Amino acid sequence: MLRYSLRRLATALPTLLAVITLSFFMMRIAPGGPFDQERALDPVIRANMEAAYHLDLPLWHQYLIYLGNLLRGDLGPSFTMPEFTVAELFAAGLPVSVQLGGWALVLALLIGGGLGIAAALRQNGWIDVAVVAVATAGSTIPTFVVAPVFQLVFGLSLMWLPVGGWQDGAARNMVGPVVCLMLPQLAVVARLMRGSMIEALRAHHIRTARAMGLSGWSVVGRHALRSAMLPVVSYAGPAAAALLTGSVVVETIFSVPGVGRYFVDAALNRDYTVVMGAVVVVAVFTIVFNLIVDLLYAIIDPRVRYA
Amino acid sequence: MSILQDPPLIEVRNLSVHFATPEGDTQAVRDVSFAVHAGETVAIVGESGSGKSQSMMAAMGLLPGNARVTGEIAFKGRNLLTLPRRALRELRGAELAMIFQEPMTSLDPLYRIGDQLIEPIRRHSRLSAHDARARALEMLGLVRLPEPERMMRSYPHELSGGQRQRVMIAMALTNDPALLIADEPTTALDVTIQAEILALMADLQKRLGMGMVFISHDLNMVRHIADRVCVMRAGEVVEHGPVAQIFEAPQHPYTRALIDADPKGHKPPAPTNAPVLLHARDVTVTFGTAPHQVQAVRGLSLDLRAGETVGIVGESGSGKSTFARALLRLNQSEGEIRFDGVPISTLTRAQMRPYRAQMQVVFQDPFGALSPRMTAGQIVTEGLLVHRPDLTRAARDAMAAQALTEVQLNPEFRNRYIHEFSGGQRQRIAIARALILKPRLLVLDEPTSALDRMVQAQVVDLLRDLQARHQLTYLFISHDLAVVRAMADRVMVMKSGELVEEGPCAQVLHAPRAAYTKRLIAAAFDTQAMAPA
Repeated sequence: MLRYSLRRLATALPTLLAVITLSFFMMRIAPGGPFDQERALDPVIRANMEAAYHLDLPLWHQYLIYLGNLLRGDLGPSFTMPEFTVAELFAAGLPVSVQLGGWALVLALLIGGGLGIAAALRQNGWIDVAVVAVATAGSTIPTFVVAPVFQLVFGLSLMWLPVGGWQDGAARNMVGPVVCLMLPQLAVVARLMRGSMIEALRAHHIRTARAMGLSGWSVVGRHALRSAMLPVVSYAGPAAAALLTGSVVVETIFSVPGVGRYFVDAALNRDYTVVMGAVVVVAVFTIVFNLIVDLLYAIIDPRVRYA
Repeated sequence: MSILQDPPLIEVRNLSVHFATPEGDTQAVRDVSFAVHAGETVAIVGESGSGKSQSMMAAMGLLPGNARVTGEIAFKGRNLLTLPRRALRELRGAELAMIFQEPMTSLDPLYRIGDQLIEPIRRHSRLSAHDARARALEMLGLVRLPEPERMMRSYPHELSGGQRQRVMIAMALTNDPALLIADEPTTALDVTIQAEILALMADLQKRLGMGMVFISHDLNMVRHIADRVCVMRAGEVVEHGPVAQIFEAPQHPYTRALIDADPKGHKPPAPTNAPVLLHARDVTVTFGTAPHQVQAVRGLSLDLRAGETVGIVGESGSGKSTFARALLRLNQSEGEIRFDGVPISTLTRAQMRPYRAQMQVVFQDPFGALSPRMTAGQIVTEGLLVHRPDLTRAARDAMAAQALTEVQLNPEFRNRYIHEFSGGQRQRIAIARALILKPRLLVLDEPTSALDRMVQAQVVDLLRDLQARHQLTYLFISHDLAVVRAMADRVMVMKSGELVEEGPCAQVLHAPRAAYTKRLIAAAFDTQAMAPA
């Protein structure tokens, strides 16, 4: 399994390179540049700035310089926030996003998974109906509706929680963003878990386990849950990559200094280096979590063999 | 019979099972009563839908949630139907054990055999982990599995169907149950494996002295293992008595029909001077790429004359279906194949098309081989869209009606969807679909295997009748020697991709030369051979 993992990571490098290359050139095809503003810059200043950032060189040369810097771990300076390098921006923002996304992910899996199991065990009972209703609401009501309502109720009316802000990651400040990030994921996890658990409980080997007099906990928790987990695991991989790399909506509404807002701001401002930094971060997270999913699969299901 | 004087181990009284379905209440079991004594084997025999499994699932508390059970099932003086769930769980797997029909799916694919055996041992006893492991090993030896230590570490997918069923038996017997319920434990297995498992169960039942309920659709199979037999039909017990009485003096016409359910008669011989319709030389089929190559068929030859039926017999994995598919050019093969003198092995897909109508195929599974989204009429006429594009819709419809009449189905059924038909009716539709193209060669790949015994006999009659009427040539693939005997002029016996024996049907079945053929025949016809030595 270790060899498999190493080989998978090695084959991930060409994927990463392809993603970086595509993003680099696609971004440059888009019209406009980092120094295009409503008021035209003085041409001399503009030329100086472009020279400072190598923007005057041919595109292929810029690409090679970027790759060379990337290999040394240098993601370059931000164009629109010249006082920071891209690495500094992510070093400051990523822990915030990872904390929020991590909590949201763990809670979505635990609560969503639990609700899904409960619904499956009492199919068409009141718990099931309630879970399906919550899951439907969770995946249909957009976060930009849920988040302001949350602020209104818990921040302004009840005054239990701050309306926004980070305060170095105080627990009180994290509740709102975590809940809003979690709800849509929880809804998907609950639905997936319910479906796969109902399927798993119908399996013949579950009938065997019951016929052997095993306790309900053993039948459900040991035998049914293990196979029911597989679809949830495959969903959780990409979902984790998306959650941990921040959300522009939640971070903006709750004024949280994560990295989610960089994606949108940088793209709009043609802040080339920040966009590329974001691409690299998301690609790495996605590759790593997909690998984790594959390894979990092999652990859960012995029929999956990685030769 | 002294055992009859003791109080019964389990006594079923006036058992009824209803299922609440969206279409209303249906009754699966009606007022069934019988008893099993310690050390006795009672067989419950019936066709699919007779309620034979449901009555024992009720005893185990394993019926689905929409079932309603009335009556009484007394086990050692306690009514299983009113027992609290917890108390029932204490009995299940300890005093009451059950094994099932589906050996391939009855074990949890995600846990090692050892873990699955140890779990119920520790659930019902106070053995330490070490002693439970020793007990599991002992049980694997008892069911005669080779290398028990290695078995303990294996996962179910690494075992064959027969081995998995042995594991199931080991698991069921591990806590010395007083009653073992076996629900068609051999149905999904090859005939030689069936015989081994039956012998093993009969032997263990004697040695351990438990009571056994043996559920089967095959009355002849239970003859040598059952003390008493209950014959069920449509949820009711139609006849109940000692095994000798059931076989020697059956009272109910249904029992007589079941005993007599083997397909009868023989095919009238084909003229020996008929031209060769299908000629094959040294056909070899190889799957996979080196170094993982498997030769599924190794150098087989065949000459099939017009009007003749050749039966290909073999167990699962013998390559019999692969060979037939190669002859139809449905998979790649080496060697020479001629159809009506034309070398079809080198034809392109387009060149092959006109011959496709002349060589049709009927598959084993009438449930999977027909699209659930098409009506019977659409299914039957689909081939005409390809091969007879000149026909109008009305002409096609008329031909569908005619084809259904031909297979003895009501032509008005052509507007119904597949789920409204029984297994036997579906197989008739599959045959009609093949016949409508007026083929000369029909490949029948286990066409009766998924059907109840009495329906099998009807389909065999139909196929013989159609053959005579339309001068058809059959290639008949089956693992079931009784059906082959009634259908074929000549028989080829296959094992591991090779020909074991070949010859006229009567000769191969009555005077087999190869040891393997003898074993197959013994397992299929001479049920005495199943009794333990």
